[in-house]
Parts: sequence; structure tokens; C-alpha cells
Amino acid sequence: MNMIVLEHYLLVGAILFCLGFFCVLTRRNAVAVLMGVELIFNAANLNFVAFARFGTLNIDGIMFAIFIIMLAAAEATVALAIVLNIYRQLDTVNLDEADLMKG
Amino acid sequence: MLLVIIFTIFAAITIISAGMVAFSQNIVYSAFSLLFTFFGIAGLYVLLAADFLAATQLLIYVGGILVLLLFGVMLTHKIQEVNLSNESMRLAPAAIVVLAFLGLLSIAIYRTQWPTVPVPELTPTTARIGTLFMTDYLLPFEIASLVLLTALVGAVFIARGRVKK
Repeated sequence: MNMIVLEHYLLVGAILFCLGFFCVLTRRNAVAVLMGVELIFNAANLNFVAFARFGTLNIDGIMFAIFIIMLAAAEATVALAIVLNIYRQLDTVNLDEADLMKG
Repeated sequence: MLLVIIFTIFAAITIISAGMVAFSQNIVYSAFSLLFTFFGIAGLYVLLAADFLAATQLLIYVGGILVLLLFGVMLTHKIQEVNLSNESMRLAPAAIVVLAFLGLLSIAIYRTQWPTVPVPELTPTTARIGTLFMTDYLLPFEIASLVLLTALVGAVFIARGRVKK
């Protein structure tokens, strides 16, 4: 391995995605689940930028990544507002205890 | 050769700290590990010749989202609770699913013939991004501003307490 090619960046993205996915699946704390979602966003962004550099996507990949960062910021604000509201109502942020809508 | 070493360092920072985010037993450690993950990703963006995006990553993720997550951690735990627990559950099934998925992704990455082009010269991207925002991407740009405004108003509305009559 004496050249960094597309596959290396894709592999880093895949590992990052899997760690984020693991975080989302296993955490009880809602804020920790949000951290996992941020990891997944970053993995997707890394792939877009890698394709922009090595593939035929060109600068459009970077534009996509900027829009994804914007959406991640919007998602984080709304999700944290919901988490704070859950905490005020139920006095917990554990996802398995917030089951008010369970039939 | 130097590029390989720098790539390895940044990839290692990213993956190790992402592992800390996923496995740490203390949620404050998880939040601070996320800082290093974002930093490593910004370094990888620089290696990929996305200079503007690296700066955006640092400004928005580290300066905005991470601080917001830390606020979330601090505000949802009782101050007198020393143990900011961050427990995990369903470890074994999740590990099986995630490892299977990682294997699938790795096979897909190495088996596929990616349509690559010769890597272009390093050029600054900021001016081109600005031009594209005002020409080809004008409608998404405006919609983005609307989405951000809506998210801001919605977040304030959801997070406020009950209005006393």
C-alpha cells in the first residue's frame, strides 16, 4: 500500500457508519443515540467527498456534503428540543422508558 | 509516502475516537470523543482537497452541534448525580448485525469496479462553491434557509416550558 485510493476512504466511511449504527442500536440514553446519528452523517459525507475527489462526481459531491451538514444541524436542534421535552415530562431520557405511545 | 502516513494518522484518530463514542461507559467521554472524530474527519477532508468543507466541518460540527449535544447531556442529568451513566443494551444481537453489515460493505467496496478518473490538481474550492450556490444550487440554497428557520422556530416551540395563563 503506497497510494491512497478511493477504496481506503470508503472503508473508513464504512467503519464509521457501522460504529454509528452500533451506537444507535445499543444506547439507552437518547443523547448518545443522537451522537451515533452524527457519526452516520459524517460517514455519508466522507463518501460523498471521496467520490468528489476520485470519481466523476466533481464539486457536486462537496455541495451535497454541505447540504448534509446543514440538515444535520437542523436535525440536532429539533431532536435535542424533543429530548429536553421528554426529560421534562417523564424525568428520564432512557429510550426504553419513554413508552407513552405504546398500545 | 507522506500522504499515506498522514491519511493513516487521521483515519486512526477518526476510527478510534468513534469507537470511544460507541463504547464508552461515560456519556461525557463519549461527547468529547466525538470532538476528535469530527477533527479527524476534517483532516480527511483536507486530504481530499475539500478545504472549504473542512472549515465548515470544524465551525458547524465542533462549534455548533457538539456544544448542543453537550448542553443536551448537561441539561438531562440531575446535577447532583455524579454517575452520568451511558449504559448499553442488546449488545450481542447488535454486534452480530453490525459486523455482518460491515462485512457486506467491505465486500461491496473491494469487489466493485469504481469509475475513477485521474485525480485532478489541488485547487481551492471556495470560489467555485460560492458561484454554484448563486447559480445552479440557488433553489436548494433558499430551501435550506427555510429549513433552518423552521427548525429554529420549531426547536424553540418544542423546548419551551408550558406557558402560564
